[in-house]
Amino acid sequence: MSVEVLTALKAKFPQVSDRPSADHPAVDVPRADLVEVLRYLRDEHAFDLLMDLTAIDWAQCASPRFTMVYHLLSTTRAGSYMRVAVACAGSEIEPTSPSVVHLWAGANWHERECFDMFGIKFEGHPDLRRILMWDGYPYHPLRKEFPLAGIETVLPVADIAEETGAKVIAAPMAGGPFVAISGEINLTEAEPRAKDESWSDRAARPDQTALRQVKE
Amino acid sequence: MATEFTYPDSAAKAAGAAQAAPAEFQTEKMSLSMGPSHPSTHGVLRLQMELDGEILTKADPVVGYLHRGDEKIAENMTYNQFVPYTDRLDYLAPLANNMAYAIAVERLAKLEVPERCQAIRVLTAEMARLSSHMMGLGAFALDVGAWSVLLYALEEREKLYKLFEELTGARFTTSYTRIGGVTRDVPEGWLGRVNAFCDQFLPILEEILNLLTRNKIFMDRTVGVGVISKADALTYGLTGPNLRGSGVALDLRKDKPYSGYQNYEFDVPVGTKGDCYDRYLVRGEEMRQSVRIIRQVIAKFPGGAWYATDAKRIFAPPKDKILSSMEELIQNFMIVTEGPQIPPGEVYFEAENPKGILGFYIVSKGGGVPYRLKIRSPSFCNLSIIPKISVGCLISDVVSILGSLDFVMGECDR
Repeated sequence: MSVEVLTALKAKFPQVSDRPSADHPAVDVPRADLVEVLRYLRDEHAFDLLMDLTAIDWAQCASPRFTMVYHLLSTTRAGSYMRVAVACAGSEIEPTSPSVVHLWAGANWHERECFDMFGIKFEGHPDLRRILMWDGYPYHPLRKEFPLAGIETVLPVADIAEETGAKVIAAPMAGGPFVAISGEINLTEAEPRAKDESWSDRAARPDQTALRQVKE
Repeated sequence: MATEFTYPDSAAKAAGAAQAAPAEFQTEKMSLSMGPSHPSTHGVLRLQMELDGEILTKADPVVGYLHRGDEKIAENMTYNQFVPYTDRLDYLAPLANNMAYAIAVERLAKLEVPERCQAIRVLTAEMARLSSHMMGLGAFALDVGAWSVLLYALEEREKLYKLFEELTGARFTTSYTRIGGVTRDVPEGWLGRVNAFCDQFLPILEEILNLLTRNKIFMDRTVGVGVISKADALTYGLTGPNLRGSGVALDLRKDKPYSGYQNYEFDVPVGTKGDCYDRYLVRGEEMRQSVRIIRQVIAKFPGGAWYATDAKRIFAPPKDKILSSMEELIQNFMIVTEGPQIPPGEVYFEAENPKGILGFYIVSKGGGVPYRLKIRSPSFCNLSIIPKISVGCLISDVVSILGSLDFVMGECDR
């Protein structure tokens, strides 16, 4: 059944190409056709549920750096599933992608999350605000260059910050978590070790007493 | 109920209410913050509401208070190390989350687990559904004023937790599955005790449901409240009992069977009107069906291995073998240090969890660590419909709506 959908889709949009996938059918779509392809799948092939949309960061200097992925499911044709991927436009700092909120209202929160975590600007989104992090947070935490430990920032509530002098500090990670590196096996590289990002040879250990000091 | 009811669109109701009021009664709108610490927001959800008298004109859920960055964490550790983090997604049904995650990674590795392992997973997932629905039902009833239902429900849940503890060593955060199997086989006589639990559970379930189903107060608070139309439920990506309450019979256990669900007989209950009461009825019936599945699993519980024996670079062998054989010791060392070796590729697997469809999208570049792991959490999607359905409701209706959506913030915020 999914094969039929794929053939029909490729007949209508010849620009669409297959995307390697370990399970369900997946396609790569040129950016300009994304909304039309999704609308076509929703209206003509009964993919009525947008399960999820998310981005993948292919690391700094990769081209394209960000890929958007849409997961569609059909409720009427049991078990039909389709994955649609599209490369983001724009610069590394400010990638953009068309919004699909007008197709599925549920995309609203997913796109807000994607903007929050990756900084992707969705063109035509009615209300693009952060959703998981607080308003005014300066970073996009799921980008690959953002450290696991976090980065010190000011407290979101200004008056409490002023009163206590407290900040949002990087997590002290000495001793853990133990991590291996993604990719091929290489024992010297993949040996477990503490990923100590808050302080290392490159970044000096912050003065803990100074960070923890709270005005009495 | 055979009678046909029509419920007005809630937004139209709000507009109508505002127009119907004579000019002298139209007052300034009040903004009210409900949560993040409020008994009826079940965790750390905050609702930023705008009120006209007691009627909501706007509601904006503020989520993220429990954001822990699970997806970032997953990119930095091996597949097995992430299992405990899945416990803490929907912490009311950790066994079901464990299973969904393990199957996602196994699909990527093209690994088939033996029948016995599949049966154990189905059994634990259905028990998790019972415990999750028990808690959801108890909390919902408590929110609309029925205190005793929660006490009955918690007692049953406690019995389930005793069984979980016996199986996994933990009541709450079980971390039971591994990639390619489970941590240990079922203990001696445990299946019999699960069966005995089912025997005594069914009459108690009827008793609990009888407290609510024809209860005048409960019906007044839920019938016709928080109506979600079929179209709305689909466009907002609702799943699980909330979608089925609106009359869409999507249940992945039936439509896209995984882990051997196709071997068991069960029905998928659906609602007709999509109000809070329908969602309650759907959950009640789902518990009966879960008991039915549990009984079938136990009746034809398969023998054989309870982990994938041919997955030398994915599943660490049992401890007694590690301590007595060099080969197994090396195998264990490699899996612990490098993680289970998963081929490059991408996979999206979704499982029918108690709260809805939990999906894991994993992009792998090979090796023991995922390159990107996205969690599709049902509670997140289910909450996104609140701005749509709560407009035009009373504040007290919002409490019913929140209870009936049965969300859990650990999963919503990830």
